[in-house]
Amino acid sequence: MLKRFLHRVWDWVDDRTGLPAMIGRMATHLVPPDAKWWYVFGSATLCAFMIQVVTGIALAFSYIPSASEAYATLHFISSEAPFGHFLRGLHYYGASAMVLMVGLHMAQVFLAGSYKFPRELNWATGVLLLAFTLVMGFTGQLLRGDQNAVWTVVVAAEQAGRAPFIGQWLAHVILGGDTVGGATLTRFFAIHVFILPGFIFAFVGLHLWLVLRHGISEPPKPGKPVDPKTYRREYQELIEKSGKPFWPDAAWRDVVFCVAMIVVIALLAMVSGAPQLGKAPDPGIIDATPRPDWYFMWYFAVLALLPPETERYLIIYGPLLVGMVLISLPFLFNRGERSPRQRPWAIAVVLMIVLMITTLWVEGVKSPWSPNFKAQPLPASVVGATNGPVFLGAQLFDDKGCLNCHMIADDGGRRGPDLTEVADRLSKNQMILRIANGAGNMPAYAANLTPAQMDALVTFLQTRKRQLP
Amino acid sequence: MNEPNHEPPSTGCPASPAELSRRKFLARLSLAVGGLGAVIVTVPVAGFLLAPFFVRRQEVWRSVGKIESFKIGATSAVNYEDPSPLPWAGVTAHTAAWLRRVNADTFIAFSINCTHLGCPVRWLPKANLFMCPCHGGVYYEDGTVAAGPPPLPLPRYPVRVKDGEVQIQTSPFPITK
Repeated sequence: MLKRFLHRVWDWVDDRTGLPAMIGRMATHLVPPDAKWWYVFGSATLCAFMIQVVTGIALAFSYIPSASEAYATLHFISSEAPFGHFLRGLHYYGASAMVLMVGLHMAQVFLAGSYKFPRELNWATGVLLLAFTLVMGFTGQLLRGDQNAVWTVVVAAEQAGRAPFIGQWLAHVILGGDTVGGATLTRFFAIHVFILPGFIFAFVGLHLWLVLRHGISEPPKPGKPVDPKTYRREYQELIEKSGKPFWPDAAWRDVVFCVAMIVVIALLAMVSGAPQLGKAPDPGIIDATPRPDWYFMWYFAVLALLPPETERYLIIYGPLLVGMVLISLPFLFNRGERSPRQRPWAIAVVLMIVLMITTLWVEGVKSPWSPNFKAQPLPASVVGATNGPVFLGAQLFDDKGCLNCHMIADDGGRRGPDLTEVADRLSKNQMILRIANGAGNMPAYAANLTPAQMDALVTFLQTRKRQLP
Repeated sequence: MNEPNHEPPSTGCPASPAELSRRKFLARLSLAVGGLGAVIVTVPVAGFLLAPFFVRRQEVWRSVGKIESFKIGATSAVNYEDPSPLPWAGVTAHTAAWLRRVNADTFIAFSINCTHLGCPVRWLPKANLFMCPCHGGVYYEDGTVAAGPPPLPLPRYPVRVKDGEVQIQTSPFPITK
């Protein structure tokens, strides 16, 4: 009885809206039979985005996008609101998953040559979605509204400031005025919560429409190049001969992978939680160690390691060039072999990018170029003296900032060479020359040390020799 | 794939030339009127969003302490407020400078912002150096670059002594060109 009633309701909705039939047609569109686990990353990205939408809306119920109150509401969400800490964790690891999945999706599509004819615009809209995702990550970090957020805005504004002609104006727009202030956060809030999600929804729609229009690309076969003249017909034949309905033959993998991803995100949110809030967003607090979230850690390293003379160009033109290369890729190479086995350079490019980002990321985490402000004065056991010139020299080593950048016995910074055994490498005179004149990354101390101080410092350094067993 | 039929529904009978030109006119009219509507909405929106960036703000002098509270030769951090901050700016309206008393009545106010990417540099009083926590920029006592990526010396802010108070003039955030 009830079943019959529900059937009638369903039929009525179908008749009046046409939606069930349309959605049914889309869901069961035929896909190539061998589209297996490699094909889950796109839907996983969408799944992560949906997590972001749901958790983001929930967070917005308690978040006040005001420079003076955002930080307090973040504290409230993190430590007082029921489930608040967990929710923030979901939003943070959801963002992380989205960045990761969009990267994997892109690598997979690139390796399989799926961006070639007729799917050039699938790729181009995907590149835009990648850009939106990264800007979402960046603006999301800012909305935390803590000290790190303030300096992140500043670092972004400084980079924009290097642009020719409009640099100062762009920086001004990013800061929301002449300085960080009341206007900064609200603008980023509007961008993060309204503008970018709107763009993402629109472009995801377009992206999916293109997937339906051109069909999911078949797994590439070596020796079977894409020829725009025949590709469509061949694809049509393949689909008609052996295509499987997307739902449920292929979709079950997407569902399983998406749910597995949600489980991992939830576990991470529960176990390690969202990043701790930093100090208050007071640009007048000088004691700060600004660091980006993990997905930009590698770029933080890029900014530290760029040769200074090329920096002012690369900061602006580097990302622009990368964006242009990515967008134009399918228009330059829209035919030919798809299989990665026939395109070794494609594998090489992906490996190189992964290696480059990983290496830079590790460097970013260590950030050896940053002075170590937490270095402790060297203990007597390391110095080997409690008075006399060696002791004085060790004190100067700490006082004059040497320890901030140089290691001795595992204490100190990593900017300059480790000086634990420096006396084995440098004579007294060589030391004096270096200390007095400095180098590219070392200040010159000639005007900063009296002759007696220089003498004590070098006497101390001359005792830094390999310990004989 | 089965492409849905995108053709517009047939109008029944073929259109006469008069009907066609009428249609052309109506299409143009709709686009023009629609465009006008879009302009009416967009102009104030664009104005609201962009106008703040064309207003030059009035800089002011801010007292940062009595002259006798600064030791000759010492460099210390001073905090002051931006000119006319928005009422909800909270602590984000604060800013800081490194203030050095050179002699009885000469002061130098250095920006705390590294010229590389703007991070707040720290003064190491015994080493007589400014060091940046982000990418390893180092400046000498006089603000010139000692090491690392900064392209320019630390900017200085106008500073004066008035009625026994040391005052710093507020400045826009120093963005390196």
